[in-house]
Amino acid sequence: MKALLLALSVLFAAPAWAVQPDEILADPVLEQRARDLSAGLRCLVCRNENIDESNADLARDLRLAVRERLVAGDSDPEVIEYLVDRYGEYVLLRPRANGANLILWLAGPAMLVAGIGVAAVAFSRRRGATRRDAALSPEEQARLDAILRE
Amino acid sequence: MIIELGHFALILALLMAVLQTVLPLVGAAKGWRGFMAAAEPAATSQFLFLLFSFAVLTWGFVTSDFSLRLVTMNSHTAKPLIYKISGVWGNHEGSMLLWCLILALYAALAAWFGGNLSETLRARVLGVQGAISVAFLGFLIFTSNPFTRLEIPPLNGEDLNPLLQDPGLAFHPPFLYLGYVGLSMAFSFAVAALIEGRVDAAWGRWVRPWTLVAWMFLTVGIALGSWWAYYELGWGGFWFWDPVENASFMPWLIAAALLHSAIVVEKRESLKSWTILLSILAFGFSLIGAFIVRSGVLTSVHAFANDPERGVYLLAITGVFMGGALTLYAARASALEAKGVFSLTSRESALVANNILLAVAAFVVFVGTVWPLLAEMAFGRKLSVGAPFFDAAFTPFMVALAALLPIGATMPWKRARMARVVQPLRGALALSIALGALTWTDQTGQSILAPVGAVLASWVVLGALVDLRQRAGRGDLSTKARRLARLPRADWGKAVAHAGFGITIFGVAALTAWQTEDIRVAQVGETFAFGPYEITLADVERFDGPNYDTTMARMEVARDGNPVATLFPEKRFYPVARMPTTEAAIDNGILRDLYLVIGDPQDDGGWAIRSYIKPFANWVWAGCIVMALGGALSLSDRRHRVAAGAASGAAAAVPAE
Repeated sequence: MKALLLALSVLFAAPAWAVQPDEILADPVLEQRARDLSAGLRCLVCRNENIDESNADLARDLRLAVRERLVAGDSDPEVIEYLVDRYGEYVLLRPRANGANLILWLAGPAMLVAGIGVAAVAFSRRRGATRRDAALSPEEQARLDAILRE
Repeated sequence: MIIELGHFALILALLMAVLQTVLPLVGAAKGWRGFMAAAEPAATSQFLFLLFSFAVLTWGFVTSDFSLRLVTMNSHTAKPLIYKISGVWGNHEGSMLLWCLILALYAALAAWFGGNLSETLRARVLGVQGAISVAFLGFLIFTSNPFTRLEIPPLNGEDLNPLLQDPGLAFHPPFLYLGYVGLSMAFSFAVAALIEGRVDAAWGRWVRPWTLVAWMFLTVGIALGSWWAYYELGWGGFWFWDPVENASFMPWLIAAALLHSAIVVEKRESLKSWTILLSILAFGFSLIGAFIVRSGVLTSVHAFANDPERGVYLLAITGVFMGGALTLYAARASALEAKGVFSLTSRESALVANNILLAVAAFVVFVGTVWPLLAEMAFGRKLSVGAPFFDAAFTPFMVALAALLPIGATMPWKRARMARVVQPLRGALALSIALGALTWTDQTGQSILAPVGAVLASWVVLGALVDLRQRAGRGDLSTKARRLARLPRADWGKAVAHAGFGITIFGVAALTAWQTEDIRVAQVGETFAFGPYEITLADVERFDGPNYDTTMARMEVARDGNPVATLFPEKRFYPVARMPTTEAAIDNGILRDLYLVIGDPQDDGGWAIRSYIKPFANWVWAGCIVMALGGALSLSDRRHRVAAGAASGAAAAVPAE
């Protein structure tokens, strides 16, 4: 409820510009945690911006919410959980590696393995083919022998 | 009247494109030389019609002809002239016209300088290029016509998006399009070769310069865009992993892979079918990029026109060209026989590794870009994929690439002995690790990013130097210098481009790891310390710009009492578009940028001031420019000029018909 009031109070304020001087927490350690958390949270009304960089009012609300939770003693995962409960996983810029998202996270490594595999198969097949090609036919062998004899 | 002429020329260009598609393709299939010969005049006239059409649209913008819908929506009489001109492509329709113009330019260049290609290959290349033109000109005329008139012209326009009113707009899109669209040449060559059923060293030699040109322009275009974002958006980010940035980055990665695999085709007649596939995919990613930017399916800061009809059309273009080319590929690729054989430790294998890493990196970017869409459609999960994902999933591939680069680049073709390759690189490796250790001890308790970046960057740059030293061979200094001077330009280009890659790696790592910021309220006249600097907010004044109001601060920066710079950060407001922008003031330096931003006035009479020190920021873009320079050097290599010379010789030898 307090967060909501806080949110409402800033909703009607002048347009904000990313992190404002009045938002910064006195405790530098907490502030740094707030900045790090903010960089991974999406400004919901913006186009692909995190709340740390966004100028939107909503981003300011979220920044204040993060700081309030931190001051209240929440751990980093608790703050994230708090925001995900309210805004859904859309708020996370780093998607969680669970369920279908495993496809996203494993796509790169799987493709790398597949790429190396394809290259290895092509390579060994090529090798086999050239080894067969490399053997001389009887006529060639005879000619070679003739040349060597001269 | 002149506007109608421009519109008419656009329609004629479409007709020419149809001719350029049908005649040479039919001619090549039937062996009719007259039909094949029609390709060149059709390509030339298509280009000239589009050039005229583009000039007319520019004229409309310069004279503020508000009877044109496009001018009304994107211009204003008070806008400075440079932004009236660059505003031509600061919108969907105009930028699409620029896209078509560049497409026609490439076709015309291929027609003019393609004399030493075999007659049928040349006809087929131009025919495929013409087909792409038909698709895009049709798209332009039927869904996004830039020459639509308004029945009742308004007295003034709605002005251009203020963020775009910047010199960056004059250069960033044209360079980017020269890159995107340039990849259509590699595509056309690939499809033509598949139709012919033949890929040989000559094909590799032909396709490589076109890819080089496209890749160079794309490199410069992306760097310009990144630099523009850095100074315009007000907090100095240089890369956001935005869908539209990714849309330009994927073709860049694939084009970089293609550049390297085409070398193998040219020198060793191997990796043919893979190179063809890359040529198709590189342009495919350009098309997907056009779809992402212009359909609005993915939210992005760049969003152009968000019109579903356009999206469907562009998806159809992408589907038809990719589907067609890949089907042809599936049917014909097995006919492409590789000649060159190579052992597991060889330059060929190293280039295969390069290709795997680049292609997988592009794939990761692709999956990350489209995942929000897929997850919502297939799994009903509404989620975001942002910078933290890409930083984690993409970076390892670049680290591996940089680690392998100097070894692969100095490896001999065909068969190499690892010990022999590594031996001359030992010094570079030791020096790099020493530099990394120095960086590590210099910074305490910070991220591992900067030391790793320093090791990789110096390893790549020193590796490029070792490569050159190897090529200089043995002997006294003058012999070596003479050998180096006589080295093919392509070898210089390779070393320079690789060094550029290293410079960019260092810039990115150093900037990301070491930047510091300071956010505070300052009163006018107040001095505050930030890092080694003392910064004074000397004055804040309001001024009127040509089409905006501005609040400009005068900030004096000193170090140990000695003045360093006076900077003027601004906060502008554009009344027509009703939009504020920040104009950061930057003191550029080789070792650091000092970046100042003025924010809102505070209740107590002070101003919100944000200051950043951005270490080695300019290295990020300097590295890109060096990479592009390397490309240019390689392009100027004698072999390519000999090919061009052979073209004129061959043309002269053809008897008059």
